[in-house]
Amino acid sequence: MRKFILLLTLIAVMPFAQAETAEEKGLAIAIESDNRDKGWSDSYAEMKMVLRNRHGKESSRQIRVTNLEMDGDGDKGLTVFDTPRDVKGTAFLSYSHSLLPDEQWIFLPALKRVKRISSSNKSGPFMGSEFAYEDISSFEVEKYSYTYLRDETIDGIECFVSELRPQYKHSGYTKTHVWIDKAEYRIQRIDFYDRKDSLLKIQRFTDYKLYLDQYWRAHTQTMENQQNGKSTTLYWNDFQFKTGLTEKDFEKNDLKRQR
Amino acid sequence: MTLNVNVKRAWLTGGLLCTALLFTSSLTANEWSGFSAAEYRYFQHESPFSEPDQHNLSFVLAPEYYHEWDDGQQSLLISPFLRVDNQDAERSHADIRELQWLLVKDDWELRVGLSKVFWGVTESQHLVDVINQTDLVENSDTEDKLGQPMINLSFYKDWGTVDLFVMPYFRERTFAGKDGRLRSSLVVDTDKASYESGAGRQHLDVAMRWSQTFGDWDVGLSHFYGTNREPLLQLNSTFDALLPYYEIMHQSGVDIQYTNESWLWKLEAIRRDTTSDTFTALTGGVEYTFYGVFDSDIDVGVISEYLFDDRNDELQTPFENDIMLGSRITWNDEQSTELLIGMIQDLDSSDASWNIEASRRLGDRWKVSLEGRFFSIRNNDTALYSIRDDDYLQLEFARYF
Repeated sequence: MRKFILLLTLIAVMPFAQAETAEEKGLAIAIESDNRDKGWSDSYAEMKMVLRNRHGKESSRQIRVTNLEMDGDGDKGLTVFDTPRDVKGTAFLSYSHSLLPDEQWIFLPALKRVKRISSSNKSGPFMGSEFAYEDISSFEVEKYSYTYLRDETIDGIECFVSELRPQYKHSGYTKTHVWIDKAEYRIQRIDFYDRKDSLLKIQRFTDYKLYLDQYWRAHTQTMENQQNGKSTTLYWNDFQFKTGLTEKDFEKNDLKRQR
Repeated sequence: MTLNVNVKRAWLTGGLLCTALLFTSSLTANEWSGFSAAEYRYFQHESPFSEPDQHNLSFVLAPEYYHEWDDGQQSLLISPFLRVDNQDAERSHADIRELQWLLVKDDWELRVGLSKVFWGVTESQHLVDVINQTDLVENSDTEDKLGQPMINLSFYKDWGTVDLFVMPYFRERTFAGKDGRLRSSLVVDTDKASYESGAGRQHLDVAMRWSQTFGDWDVGLSHFYGTNREPLLQLNSTFDALLPYYEIMHQSGVDIQYTNESWLWKLEAIRRDTTSDTFTALTGGVEYTFYGVFDSDIDVGVISEYLFDDRNDELQTPFENDIMLGSRITWNDEQSTELLIGMIQDLDSSDASWNIEASRRLGDRWKVSLEGRFFSIRNNDTALYSIRDDDYLQLEFARYF
């Protein structure tokens, strides 16, 4: 609903605007990018996360991710860990919201315990990686304010570059710079600036593949920390869409039987 | 090393299970996992009761087999458990933690077999959690449980989740033997348990639970009717052992958690009705987490809970008017380093107990854990008095497969 109002406001403002402001252009790019990724209903994917420290030493985690697209609200997500083996079977359920706090539960298999957990931990590392919880949560237009900065070609791809400022609480960033390609409105790169406004991390999206003739998914995402020399790469595979999942598959009871 | 009848029985069961698994595995795809571990305990003092050995070594094997079919709608889970202890023949024991067939349908699920169920929200003790028997020889913190034979039907409705349980067979609580630590002054003779019900351990226990989430509130209501998991310990006729006596009980429970930003507010309360006693007990408190302290990745959680029991009898429960203070520190590093420190202070005396748990992954498949329990008990009218000298530090290396 909020998205709809935003859109209406935007349409209403358009005729009066002589020239689009940088804020309007930034928002329009975000809305277009968001609209192009609508209607996938539900998705499943497997992910291998490879952590590298500054000496190049690697360790990895194997994760399965299921998502449910929600109309007018943030997505629901279910994440299950296969490795490291000591956390095998640990499952994480999240109902994300644009500006309200997310709702999150975790299942601890050793105790068979489902725990409701605080969602204030946006800026903390996800599984010891360079990805923070807020980096892997679902994108919602309302989460940020936007300013279009410039056009720029990176790696031979023509992009819009916008500055995003988080509007939700507990973010670890003052701002991010986001490169979105002009052809398909896919995110190509994000620069993250920490609370002191210095460059913290660079995320690159590569190996895009098209699903169901509409949905682009980057199969490799690399996050390089510019301050500590560590990096994390996510290798995605086996993407599936519209598998027929419903809200019933994203309830806290479902956590107990994730394998 | 003492190999008693429990262990022999365990190996026999294990052998049978493996044969069964080999048979099923040839039919369809399946999955093995689990862990094995070596544990060393150092007791600071000699025991007032048993052989004065302050060093304890034991080994654990806990494999898990999982197989699903019918497009994931049906599955089989088998997790046997074996511990071999170099001191205590009672602590050397085996169990089937789970042997469960699960059927998943659109808005209901059916579980049949040995299973493990957790209810509740608090950290210091788990009042509401009554389905599974405590495997007390595993750990004095009562968090380890024996597999419970059950039929469990779960319904998922818009107005909440309803769980129905029928439990046809009772599991007795395990107690440390005469050579073990963390025991009562007189040994509990678990071979001579008796029951209030004429049906003994075949008494048909039943339970139900309703749970629901209302925004920031997670609520559960439960009722249990059947054999009390906590036995009364009675002196035998020759005054040299304690005999467990299991009564029939009704227990109603409520558990509530309110989650607001970094605050978790928790409450558990029960009303238990047995022939010998009727009482109310509750645990309630808060957990607050400071995320990313001092610009690091480290989270520091602070936990405080109040424990109350209206029997006001330290011999029945040491937690009748106590406060728990604790801290959970999570490094959020690659090795998932964690530390939990807690203390429970009796508010009517100077008695207190301390607890430390820390763990860290080593490489991909190993995990090292450190555990410490320390008791400061002067009051000899408390259930904890017999373990006053059982302060220990434990180091465990586990390998996951």
